[in-house]
Amino acid sequence: MESILKVNNLHVHYVTDDEVVKAVNGISFELMKGESIGLVGETGAGKTTTALSIMQLIPDPPGIITEGEIIFEGKNMIFNTEKENQKIRGNGISMIFQDPMTALNPIMTIGDQLTEVVLQHKKCSKSEAEKQVKELLETVGVKSDRFNDYPHQFSGGMKQRVVITMALLCNPDLLIADEPTTALDVTIQAQVLEIIMQLQKKFNMSLILITHDLGVVAETCDRVAIVYAGEIVEIGTVEQVYLNTKHPYTKGLFDSIPKIDEDTEKLIPIEGQMPNMAKLPSGCYFHPRCKYCQEICKKEAPPVRGENGHTYRCHFDLFHEGKEK
Amino acid sequence: MNDAKTLLEVRNLKKYFAVPNGYLHAVDDVSFTIKEGETLGIVGESGCGKSTLGRVILRLHEPTDGKIIYNNMDITEFDKEEMRKMRQHMQIVFQDPYASLNPRFTIAQIIEEPLKLHNIYKTEAERRKRVEELMDLVGLAKRMYNMYPHEFDGGRRQRVVIARALSINPKFVVCDEPVSALDVSVQAQILNLMMDLQEKLGLTYIFISHDLSVIKHISDNIGVMYLGQMIEKAPKQDIFKNPLHPYTVALLSAIPSTNVREKKKKIILKGEISSPINPKEGCRFSPRCPFACDICHQKTPVLQEVQPNHFVACHRYQEMMENKLHF
Repeated sequence: MESILKVNNLHVHYVTDDEVVKAVNGISFELMKGESIGLVGETGAGKTTTALSIMQLIPDPPGIITEGEIIFEGKNMIFNTEKENQKIRGNGISMIFQDPMTALNPIMTIGDQLTEVVLQHKKCSKSEAEKQVKELLETVGVKSDRFNDYPHQFSGGMKQRVVITMALLCNPDLLIADEPTTALDVTIQAQVLEIIMQLQKKFNMSLILITHDLGVVAETCDRVAIVYAGEIVEIGTVEQVYLNTKHPYTKGLFDSIPKIDEDTEKLIPIEGQMPNMAKLPSGCYFHPRCKYCQEICKKEAPPVRGENGHTYRCHFDLFHEGKEK
Repeated sequence: MNDAKTLLEVRNLKKYFAVPNGYLHAVDDVSFTIKEGETLGIVGESGCGKSTLGRVILRLHEPTDGKIIYNNMDITEFDKEEMRKMRQHMQIVFQDPYASLNPRFTIAQIIEEPLKLHNIYKTEAERRKRVEELMDLVGLAKRMYNMYPHEFDGGRRQRVVIARALSINPKFVVCDEPVSALDVSVQAQILNLMMDLQEKLGLTYIFISHDLSVIKHISDNIGVMYLGQMIEKAPKQDIFKNPLHPYTVALLSAIPSTNVREKKKKIILKGEISSPINPKEGCRFSPRCPFACDICHQKTPVLQEVQPNHFVACHRYQEMMENKLHF
């Protein structure tokens, strides 16, 4: 398989007058053509910052990519000119944002907004562009007679379909979906995920799905990366990570969600809170919340261990097939 | 628990909101009972009327019609003063812990406010003791006594909200999506806290959520709402093992599961929830229901007990029970 995106040791800081917030601290992963990966983590873990870095859309100031490489189709996005990156955005990489309610311009009809995207990136006539837009709208399940409607006339699920259409109009090779279904109800979420998966197959797109929902990842992605305090603490195929969990944080996440197909008497929460990203703890970033914390965890950053593409950052090898050793 | 007495009964409760082109039927003819010490989970999608139901029960919205009987008293007849006294027994916890705390009050001021309003303690010292007791109960350290809400994260704020709701010893608490704004690891902390408190203080909960896994975890009985109506109500095992309403079946199948060993078959419903403004006669789910037939479009089904404690509002429940309808 051909590699489409390679993120190498990415570090992103947000610098303010009083402090430096270290949002991303050395994230590395590779994505193949047609493959999908889920980035899972809690609020403030650095998932969205990673996505924005890939798009080269980090607000600067205060954001700075201090270290690392983002290689998309062989070229390092960080050293590209703004003009080159503008071409890649939309054509090469597209992004769907979390909130469909704010991603659309309220005073333009959705037809005009979508046609504008095509005209911006492709050389074609307006009527051709409109034809393309209507075709793709039908594919995602919006009837083309809604072409002249305004965003407020759509429900949340329908708006998210319009946003998906917008992201896919220029046939991107990579789609980044940032919590695309978090604002939607479960039955609508199922519809929208189904559409994203179908289109991904149809156009052989690669997909980065950002979410906090482990269930959504299990049903849509090939691989999964668990993000904590700006680091990937565990990465592997969905089967590897879900069935043979290795990192105590990943284990903690699984234990703290109520499961729909099992009866659990008591949930086991992860004690404490996410660290302040401006004052990261020493050693392993997870050690203040970790049940298995030892002296070494407080002093030294853990090495990356593991095999067969399933790696994790921990000093110890604690679990076997999801159970304590 | 079966011999526990009924604490709350809701009879044919309706709440219509006047909107420019008619009436929005937010809660439409809902009836149920809750026994003392029980948790009733109310689940449904946005706009189904679950939050309105919670508020109408506390008369934070005036019901359009119907009766709310709490502890054998018809509270729909109460005047303002009687209702104010009644609220000592009935409290609510809201969804957004960022919006429900006054940013200018310290944590202690927030928690003691209901105590002052209801004049429960005479002296400052007594109140202080009670506040400290409550902070301890919900797991907040004493040093936080004089801190402000902005210094707290979502999980701790929700603990403050819970402490405030419990300060005047209510028997009955409506919890309106209390964990939806929280991350999963913190969500588990709050869910455990609420279950511990229920056991310790003998509370009765109505727990409103859109998240079926949370509802399943905390509830004894579950009511499923769709467009203002309760379409199925049963003990939780029955809802999950033996759902009888097509909407419940679809809703359950739509929950993303973390079980990667067996992928379950998903039922993807066509269309979306229809408008609650001036709804037509007939089953409200019928436009999305794959089994809808003529009668479903003409007559609204009533909620009836089809198995012990298992209520469903569907014309074709008989066939559902016999497993004759397949998606």
